[in-house]
Amino acid sequence: MRFVDEYRSEESVRRFAASIRGLVTRPWTLMEICGGQTHTLIRFGIDEMLPPAITMVHGPGCPVCVTPLEMIDRALAIAQKPGVIFTSFGDMLRVPGSKTDLLAVKARGGDVRMVYSPLDAVEIARKNPDREVVFFAVGFETTAPANATAVWKAKKAGILNFSLLVSHVLVPPAMEVILGSPANRVQGFLAAGHVCTVMGYREYEPIAAKYRIPIVVTGFEPLDLVQGIQMTVRALEEGRIGVENQYARSVTRDGNVAAQKRLREVFEVCDRPWRGIGVIPGSGWRLREEYAGHDAVRRFDVGTITPEEPSVCIAGEILQGLKRPNACAAFGTACTPEHPLGAPMVSSEGACAAYFNYGRAV
Amino acid sequence: MTDGRAPKPAEPLFDLSCPVPLSDYPHVLLAHGGGGRLTQRLIEQLFVPSFDNPALSEQHDGAVLEIAGRRLAFTTDSFVVKPLFFPGGDIGSLAVHGTVNDLAMCGARPLALSAGLILEEGLPMEELRKIVASMRHAALAVGVPIVTGDTKVVDRGKGDGVFVNVTGVGLVREGIEISPRRARPGDAVLVSGEIAVHGIAIMSVREGLTFDTELVSDSAPLDGLVEGLLAAAGEKVHVLRDPTRGGVASALNEIAGRAKVGIRLEETKIPVSEDVRGACEILGLDPLYVANEGKCLVIVAPEAADAALDAIRSHPLGRLAARIGEVVADHPGQVVMRSRIGGQRIVDLLTGEQLPRIC
Repeated sequence: MRFVDEYRSEESVRRFAASIRGLVTRPWTLMEICGGQTHTLIRFGIDEMLPPAITMVHGPGCPVCVTPLEMIDRALAIAQKPGVIFTSFGDMLRVPGSKTDLLAVKARGGDVRMVYSPLDAVEIARKNPDREVVFFAVGFETTAPANATAVWKAKKAGILNFSLLVSHVLVPPAMEVILGSPANRVQGFLAAGHVCTVMGYREYEPIAAKYRIPIVVTGFEPLDLVQGIQMTVRALEEGRIGVENQYARSVTRDGNVAAQKRLREVFEVCDRPWRGIGVIPGSGWRLREEYAGHDAVRRFDVGTITPEEPSVCIAGEILQGLKRPNACAAFGTACTPEHPLGAPMVSSEGACAAYFNYGRAV
Repeated sequence: MTDGRAPKPAEPLFDLSCPVPLSDYPHVLLAHGGGGRLTQRLIEQLFVPSFDNPALSEQHDGAVLEIAGRRLAFTTDSFVVKPLFFPGGDIGSLAVHGTVNDLAMCGARPLALSAGLILEEGLPMEELRKIVASMRHAALAVGVPIVTGDTKVVDRGKGDGVFVNVTGVGLVREGIEISPRRARPGDAVLVSGEIAVHGIAIMSVREGLTFDTELVSDSAPLDGLVEGLLAAAGEKVHVLRDPTRGGVASALNEIAGRAKVGIRLEETKIPVSEDVRGACEILGLDPLYVANEGKCLVIVAPEAADAALDAIRSHPLGRLAARIGEVVADHPGQVVMRSRIGGQRIVDLLTGEQLPRIC
């Protein structure tokens, strides 16, 4: 298949892996930000092709995993309200809240629908004017433009029964939390290519300068990953700091300016709690005042939500790259994809699910 | 497997916050019927212990019963597909093919079928006529009569138009013994054609998902293909499986588990069409877990593998058949695949249904 097979060529991947082996003179710890990159590493067995001196730690870039429990409980409460059609991408349906998940709400009669685009949810709202249609707007900068466009269109078309439950998060503040921690081990970053496709990479330049590290904007195919790792290792070995762009076929320094304009029109930056990490200042987006009528948080009174926290799951440490999934006592035993203790085991981008599904269980 | 590079212990930065574990679901979820791990649990923890008997515990596509010195294959399958009419078929032909194929996977010639229809009040009579005509054509093409049946109607809103159950009986061919237990190290693993076609064809016409594709379902009866295969390779054919729900990955996992052997696959050898690969890339699905309806997996002794492959390829439904892996003594119960770029991964059972990803 064109534009895919080129990036999955065994010969090319091996050439870069050999080049990395030739470059390395001492141990380096790298973090790939995005859960999609984690899955490529594990699914194609790239982690096993790297020299032992290179340690990849898996970052917090899984939108499902970092959505706070309070927000999941709020979604579940809204989905159980009579008259509500609750729409979501497939990933979120299995994430457990304090007591249940959206699939179980559906099994008990809730109208929970999986959609493939937030615009489909707007269409459902248009066709069902007597129902309240809510879309669960989860994700990083990558998914935000489509969600912003959905609510922008709904407002423009006067579709008043459509609202967003917004839990958007931003990558750069989370990187600063990891880099600013005394426990940090990360010496170089693979930045998330699709986030940067939207946002560009200007905002990573001050981070690279402040923490004196290389950041390489990296894609998602096996060849992207090995090249991104090679570029990061080369920069580390040569003592270079700053941002480099492996994913130039998609990413420019300024990003998608039209998408950014739409985002600023609809969203404003806010503090946001991250599951397993806590509140990170300026790390999220919420709807602007002009869109208050389409904000599910303001539209639906669900009373006080008090999430119940478990103790055994180490999702927080996994999401910060402090531990690997198979270092968790519950991994593969008490915690499996069908009975997840934490979101990283649920999501198709979660690090624990990647380890479990692709056989890093034992 | 460990990577031998466990990270240094580090102090956590924050108090952890994670969700409470879900206990067993108190209600049936759609995923209990998805063909993955939840379905398997239901079978192993509820059905097998409840109905415990030797024929059932084989857990094959159908049961094989000894009756008056002959071996009778007996199978049943219910169909709840949405939409009822899809590119390449409809629920009627699909139901006949599905049950005929389950019999074929036992090494049996189909003798007779039943048809049980659960109709929803308000279903246009014209649609019912079309479905019944389609069942008739499918059964005629195989040369198997539909000899008994049943009809029930449920209230409007209580069914998706039509649910179809087809039960079938057949006679197992002389000298043939097909069972998932018979897979043994050294055996070759073959697939009769391009995988994941049916699942993607159905998805392409589901509400809420529109993408242009020429894909049509691969729904087809496999009895003719199996006939040729068994004529060429006979008792050297150890296992037959049609990888429907849960796809090739789930079927091979079941076989590896039943026979207590490992299975090794070569990703580059598995036939997947460009259209299916493209759709899977967009949706974040793995073709190994997508349903097939006119394909079979064949596990055959190595000395007969070439003859078996030739026989399958000489049938119109098997032209793109391929040898995709082998049975090994290592890692019993597990399916391991050499990835396109030469890495390795375990191909596990899927937990529920494959859910399209966020981004």
